Order: sequence, then structure tokens, then C-alpha cells
Amino acid sequence: MKVITFSEALGETILEEMERDHTIFTYGEDIGKQGGIFGAYKSLLGKFPDRIFDTPISEEVIYGSALGAALVGMRPIVEFHFADFLFTGIQSITLQIEKIRYMTGGQGKLHLILRGPDGVSNSAAAQHSESIETIFMHVPGIKIIIPSTPYDIKGLLKTALRSNDPVICFEHKSLYAQKGEVPEEEYLIPFGKADIKRPGQDITVVTMSRMVHESLKAAQELEKEGINLEVIDLRTLVPWDKETVIKSVQKTNRLIIAHETWRRAGWGAEIASTIQEEAFDFLDAPIIRIGARNVPMPFSPVLQNYVTPDKHNVVTAAKQLMEGI
Amino acid sequence: MNYSKQFLISLYEMMQKIRKFEQAAEQLFLDGKIPGFIHLYIGEEAIAVGVMAALNDDDYITSTHRGHGHMIAKGGNINLMMAELYGKVTGYCRGKGGSMHIADFSIGVLGANGVVGGGLPIAVGAGLGIKMKGTKQVAVAFFGDGASNTGAFHESLNFASVFHLPVIFINENNQYASTAKTKETTSVENISDRAVSYNIPGVTINGNNILSVFETTKEAVKRARDQGGPTLIEAKTYRIKGHFVGDPSKYRNNSEVNKFWEKEPIKIFEKQLLDWKVLNQKEINIISLKFDQQIKEAIKFAEDSPEPYPKDALTDLFIDDSGYDY
Repeated sequence: MKVITFSEALGETILEEMERDHTIFTYGEDIGKQGGIFGAYKSLLGKFPDRIFDTPISEEVIYGSALGAALVGMRPIVEFHFADFLFTGIQSITLQIEKIRYMTGGQGKLHLILRGPDGVSNSAAAQHSESIETIFMHVPGIKIIIPSTPYDIKGLLKTALRSNDPVICFEHKSLYAQKGEVPEEEYLIPFGKADIKRPGQDITVVTMSRMVHESLKAAQELEKEGINLEVIDLRTLVPWDKETVIKSVQKTNRLIIAHETWRRAGWGAEIASTIQEEAFDFLDAPIIRIGARNVPMPFSPVLQNYVTPDKHNVVTAAKQLMEGI
Repeated sequence: MNYSKQFLISLYEMMQKIRKFEQAAEQLFLDGKIPGFIHLYIGEEAIAVGVMAALNDDDYITSTHRGHGHMIAKGGNINLMMAELYGKVTGYCRGKGGSMHIADFSIGVLGANGVVGGGLPIAVGAGLGIKMKGTKQVAVAFFGDGASNTGAFHESLNFASVFHLPVIFINENNQYASTAKTKETTSVENISDRAVSYNIPGVTINGNNILSVFETTKEAVKRARDQGGPTLIEAKTYRIKGHFVGDPSKYRNNSEVNKFWEKEPIKIFEKQLLDWKVLNQKEINIISLKFDQQIKEAIKFAEDSPEPYPKDALTDLFIDDSGYDY
């Protein structure tokens, strides 16, 4: 297997799929000539100039036009620049893309993808650091994929590009340069299928994106103390793989849910509630949710680090769950 | 007169069909037979019919919350429309959309829209898709005067202009944005003046003159098909009815409304056709009866149709819903 970065995996996926399917094209801000603000499209520079292009900074029409283009038979991939800016054009997503098929009684195929960077990085502060996937989990009508490795972005994006439903893909900024193994041969990853990134017996950690890697670091540390974490990467949030989580909790009897988005009403609350409804008898301790503190992201590195969850939160939570055992 | 008799009659008939449908919908709503809200197109029929006469069957449109006229003029089936107004399972949207969300993608109607300005980015996307496909189709965005004050309008015109998209923006200026006078809420006298900002042609016409709507649209469509980019057409008209059926209309008086009953498009065109001897009064009566009968049949179809099953609420969200938690 070759070892490539997350953004290389993303780039080669788009390239392979554009060669295979001539209806695929991709547009957004800063992708055509710059290769994306975080280099997501770096490997695509100079390729398909007619099908990879820059747009004005006009989010409402960028997102809404993806819907129109899909309805006339094309497969647009729109880059949303920063997840934060989804809010500037959000009516095109929550009131149009997410509803049109349902409102029209199942007419049309909405094969479109909105994708781009999210998450905390280097003091980007309150308007460039958000993780807002929960909002799209809350409003029905779009599938959500959140890959954490080069392998996952390729397999999930391929599936998205061959499906006929709208998909939003969040890529944590810290992941683009991360390397990982990617097979030479083609593979697809189905939606709703979690990946156990690390098997363990003592505590189940359900997580996604950057927090997968933080949880794996925590697991390494805790191993020395005899605590074994099972780290489950959901990979897709809509739909999410309830069965894998329940099966794991039946084994470990303890559950931590770790995400970078705000703790209050973050998607961890949905998972926690579902597990207590459907696997209450298997729980030996209260479920612990880890998420950002409920404030906008502050600028100062000191403040940013204070409100953003990392491996330390996972270690602390795990020790708390194992107390008295 | 450079039009065939058949063409002129087809325009007149289509306007009558819309008018009869709307009058029936209004009465059915007042009788409590239709749930939700309905927004009537009465007095604006010349725009939908004139525009659609300049389009091909495979062209696309996006419509508005006041969208029945667009749908009918594009070839929509009034039985399925009426059933949708009733919320029946046989309706265009299987009872999930109602009046404000009627669509028929198969005839190029990419949806009415409950969001003011909501259809503009979708039409631009259809134009973008057409450009990427390399076909000769066009996309038309219908929108009201109110929508011309949304960000979606300004983003859409700029985007369509920059990429030379085959999109025709049809502004139906009916002088009221919900209950607010357009004059008091809009910075320009003519909405078409805004085209200058986007470096595209803009023109204001009398939206109650169907032949003027047809000719202006025809020219814009030709330009769009020849890769000449978008056009903004402002068709001035008047919303004779309230914003919605049941609107107490406290923001205007009857004398204002009555003035516009004299200028409404069907009356004007009918007089023209009588003058030109394209139609006589007897033929007009026959047309009127024909649509009365069609509407009656549509109502019967809707009333005889079954309600959806409650569980049908959990269908039509995704094509592949495996693993989805309803």
C-alpha cells in the first residue's frame, strides 16, 4: 500500500472520479488557482480547468446552484471554504437542498456534495474554527461524512460520488497533511459503517475527525496504566452506526463520546441518549461526553487550548470511569 | 399582426385556464376544503404565459410561492395540482408539499418555493449545469419584487453574469412584497435598473401585456441560447388579490384594487382578440365553459383521491435511506 496525505487522497479521488464520470465538476472559493485555502486541491492544480474553477464569494448562490446543477443531471462538488461560512448561505442548504426532494414527494436525484474544512487551528478565532456538523444532523435531509484518515476520505467520497443523495463532508484542517496507507486498487466505504480504529475491552470511545487521533493518543497512554480503550470512528453521522456502538458497549459497559464541537447539544448527546434508551442494562457507569466549552472559539492560544478538547480530556474521563474498579 | 390565430388563441386559453384554476382554488380555500395557505396569481397571468410561450419543453424554470400560474403555463397537470392543494396522495408531491412546493421536474419545473428569493440560486445552478453539459437549454427564474431585495438576488445576478450563464431572470413586480409597498421598500424605481450593476441587459415592460412579455422573453432566450448570457426582465403588474387568500389587506384600499381590475391582462388581451377578430364572444364563452369543466374534473379528481397513509410521512427524504433513523 502507498502512503499519502489526506489531501492527496482527496485529490486523487476527485481526479479518478472526474475521469470516470464526466458529469462531475467542482467549484468554490480559492480552489482553481490556489488549490484550496488549506491545500485540499493542491494535487488538482492545472487539471480539468473547465471543471474545477473559482467562484465569487457568494455562498448562498454557490450552495444553491449545486442543487440546480444536480437537478439538470450534473454532479457538483462544492467546496465551502470554511465550515463557518456555511452559515452565510445556509438557507440554500437547510431550506432548499435538505427539503426539496421530500417537499416534492421524492422527485429528482440530488447527487451533490458540499465539502470543506472545519475545526480548530492556530488561533483562527471565533469565525474560522467551528465544527458545526451537529446542525446538519439536526435538520433532516443531508448525509454527513466526517473522515479522519486518507483511507476513509477516499472510500467515503467515492461512495458519495456514486450515490444519488446530497452529502456534506467535513474535513478537519489538521488532517490535510496527515499521512496514511491507501490501497492502489479501488475500494468504497459504505455510509453508516463505523470503523473500530483500536479494539479494547474496558471503555468504548465513540468519536470522529481530529478527536479520533486524540483518542488514539489517549489510548496509548492509558494502556500503560492497564486501561484498554476501544476507539470507534463513526465516519458518518447521518446515518450513524448504532449497532457497532451498542455491540461495543455490551462488551465494555462504559462509554465516552468525544467530539470537538460544543459539548452542549452536540451530537454526543444524541448518541448518549440513544445508548441509554437501547443499552441501559449494559452500562456500569454514566456516559461521559467530551466537547468544546460552550463559548465561541477564543483567539489567544492559551484560551483556545483551554476550551478545545484533546487527549487529556479523554484520559481524565477514562480514569474517572475506571475509578473504584 | 405577425402571429398565427392558433398561437394567439393558445395564449388566451392558457391565461383563462390559470384564472379559472385560481378562482376555484380561492373558493375551495374559503370553503375550508384546502389546508395551509394559498397565494393567487390572479392578474399576473400574462407573465407566466408570455414567458413560457418563448421557451421549449426541455427548458427549466424555478417558481415562487405564487406559483400555480407558472406550473400550469409550463404544462402542469391541473388534476395533480388540485390533488396536491388538497394534500392528497395523488398530488404532484404526494401531499408533502402543498401549494407552495408544487413541482414537476419532468416538465422542467424545479419547484415553487416558499422562501422569497429561494429559487434564484437554483435557477442559476440549472444554468450552470446546462453550461457544463453544453446543451442549448435555458433556465428561467421567476421571482417577485420582494425577492429583488434579498442577497440571493444580487449573488445570483453577479454569478450568472460572471459565468455567462443561460439564465433569464423574470421579475414579477406586483407592487407588494407581502403587505409592504414595493415603492417604500426598494431603492430603485425600476428593478431592471439593477441589471446595470451586473453588466447584463435589463428591461422593464408592462407585465399585463402578454405579447410584450412574449417578445421580450423571446429575445432574452435567444441571447441566452447563443451564449450571450443572462437578462433581467422586470414585468410590472399588480397583485389584485391579497398576499394570501384570507389576507385582510389593511395596507391598501379598494379603489386602488378596482383601478387594476380595469387593467388586468385577460381583459386587455380579450379585447385585442375581439378587435382583431381572432375570437368572437361566442368562442370566448366556449373557452370559458371548457375550462370550467376541466377545473370541475380536477376538483372531482382531488376529492375522490385517497389521503396519504400517516406512515407515508417517512418516505421520499433520501433515495437510499439504509441505516437512517426516522
